[in-house]
Amino acid sequence: MTPGTAARPPATPFWRTVWTVLRKDLTVEMRSGEIAYTTLFFAASCVLIFAFALVKEGKAPEGGAAGILWIAILFAGTLALGRAFERERQAETLRALLLAPVPRPAIYVGKLLGIVALLVAAEAVLLPLVDFLFTARLFVHPFWLAGIVVTCTVGLASVGTLFAAMLVRTRSRDMLLPVLLYPIVVPVIIAGVQGTAALAQPAFDEALVRFWLLLLVTFDIVFVVLALWTFEAVMSD
Amino acid sequence: MSDASSRPSAALDFTDISVEDVSRSFGRRRALSRVSFRAAQGEILGILGPNGAGKSTLLGILATLLRPTAGRVCYGGMADTGGAALRGRIGVLGHDLFLYPELTARENLEFFARLHAVPEPAHAADEALERAGLGARGDEPVSTFSRGMRQRVALERALIHQPRLLLLDEPFTGLDDASASALVARLRELRQGGAILVVATHDLEVADRLLDHALFLREGRAAASIAQPKHLRSTYQDVMTRPIDGARA
Amino acid sequence: MPKWFTPAAILCGLMFIISPVLIARAPDEAAMGMVYKIYYYHMPSAWMFLLAPLVCGVSSALFLARGRGEDDRRAWAAAELTVLFGALTLITGPLWARRAWGTWWVWDARLTSSLVGWMIGWAYLILRRYGGPGSDKLAAGVALFGAVNVPFIFISVNYWRTIHPPTTIVPRLPVDMGVPLWFCVFAFLLLFILLMTMRLRLEVARTRLDALYVALDE
Repeated sequence: MTPGTAARPPATPFWRTVWTVLRKDLTVEMRSGEIAYTTLFFAASCVLIFAFALVKEGKAPEGGAAGILWIAILFAGTLALGRAFERERQAETLRALLLAPVPRPAIYVGKLLGIVALLVAAEAVLLPLVDFLFTARLFVHPFWLAGIVVTCTVGLASVGTLFAAMLVRTRSRDMLLPVLLYPIVVPVIIAGVQGTAALAQPAFDEALVRFWLLLLVTFDIVFVVLALWTFEAVMSD
Repeated sequence: MSDASSRPSAALDFTDISVEDVSRSFGRRRALSRVSFRAAQGEILGILGPNGAGKSTLLGILATLLRPTAGRVCYGGMADTGGAALRGRIGVLGHDLFLYPELTARENLEFFARLHAVPEPAHAADEALERAGLGARGDEPVSTFSRGMRQRVALERALIHQPRLLLLDEPFTGLDDASASALVARLRELRQGGAILVVATHDLEVADRLLDHALFLREGRAAASIAQPKHLRSTYQDVMTRPIDGARA
Repeated sequence: MPKWFTPAAILCGLMFIISPVLIARAPDEAAMGMVYKIYYYHMPSAWMFLLAPLVCGVSSALFLARGRGEDDRRAWAAAELTVLFGALTLITGPLWARRAWGTWWVWDARLTSSLVGWMIGWAYLILRRYGGPGSDKLAAGVALFGAVNVPFIFISVNYWRTIHPPTTIVPRLPVDMGVPLWFCVFAFLLLFILLMTMRLRLEVARTRLDALYVALDE
């Protein structure tokens, strides 16, 4: 137990850190299932509420199914983010992560991937649900749909994870997260809804879908890179 | 003690820390005011003071989590540059224990071992569990443990990467006598091994038998600094009720 | 206050007083007559509404990189000006639109993007007000993200809009409307600088006061 005798690198490599954090998050989540189940049920409730609010004579407004889907995901995702970081607040484990000799942006990436995994799992249930309830014909082009859904989710999660991490020790963090997040993710929501709606059209306009997908991919790249640059600065005191 | 040939050239190590005129304020509130001290390897330094005196803030600065607004901290003569390597030589046992309640003791230890790039993390976790005397309960979630047991796991977690500097924030809170004695014994062992230990506490009875050096903090200022302190309770009363003007040691 | 402040303030005040005269003497526009003249306030206001978040974003990036208080203060002042000039733009715009298009609001790309940008400004201010200690760094992050987001917002809103049947065509007014326009632009720019200076001075005073409190504790 003598300090200083073990031979090891001064800092843990980036991807090893990402994987360790991700695996830990998935393990914790699978033990309790709390965030996964509550997120899913909340999203499903949202879909129902919106259905009751917007459906007239048994039909959703034009392109409404896509809108309802993404609003539900956004709301549920916001709560999931809040809850995921609340967990790190108990026992101050986020501080322990910051104390570890790891590159801090790796913590961000690990958490980001965990949130994306959670949301994609919820979407795997929500998409068939929305398709079924609104006869939305979402699955006609499954690969394009997967592309739009994943890139849109990454877009929401990339900004959301950074903001939720930033707010961990802030007062009013539950209200502040949506206040800060929603205006920033407007392009993501627009692209997600428009892209998803375009997929459901009988006359499939591939160029349009490709445009939205490209916008989403660009957004994802730009904002993940930006988050990696700023994570260290916003998390240090 | 370590000998130079077993240490990799890239590894960072230090034999003492020195805090030089460190101040820290949060907006208008001054949490620490020009605190200075040194601590060397094989020493247990106690930071004593009432709640709100600045103990946790000082530990936060030593842990590199907080930056001082003035002054600096040197680790073996080198100032902190915010690098990961330095963090790898520091272990922290916080008041909140830093354990994931849903994970088992073994999983918690392995997780932190991996984060600290400890070779063979599973093996290290097993050893740590043995040292904590919890080998039999290693596969139970930490949420089922008592405070004392969690404390033991948290301590091993803080030590799993064999840090040079160990910071403990109120480690004796909520411990019964047996656990407190066990912790004291463990800390003495670590001191023997050459670590630098800094303990913030307001448990004076325990501190009495443990400390090599005592720094008294009062309203963010170093009110007194005493080597080989004896009869801490009366000294404490004395230092804390002295008028402020005479307080600069 | 710096020496130039009072003369500049007087000049600015005078310019705003004179501006209606200049505007009234400008030629009327063919289709809309007098009403389009609010454009003389709307355009400069909109330009300031573009300048302010730029200053905020750059200052925020500098603050995150260097950690200097002056960058943070500038960012905060610029955020407030974003909200102020945004409000002016979003009020004068619909006033013009009501006459020009018969409706207060259209989901035109620029208007909608402006609205989103304005909301990001509000989000910044809410964070600073209610976020407690440490919200300076967080707000800088939000401002940076907001600033980088501008092209994404514009592109997405623009293409979103074209899905809907176009309700009206936004006429391309000639940018070069001569002396009154540039006069107003200069007046607004001067106002921007004056407000920024005042606001920065307030923040500097506040920082100095905090430092005094802390020093008192010494």
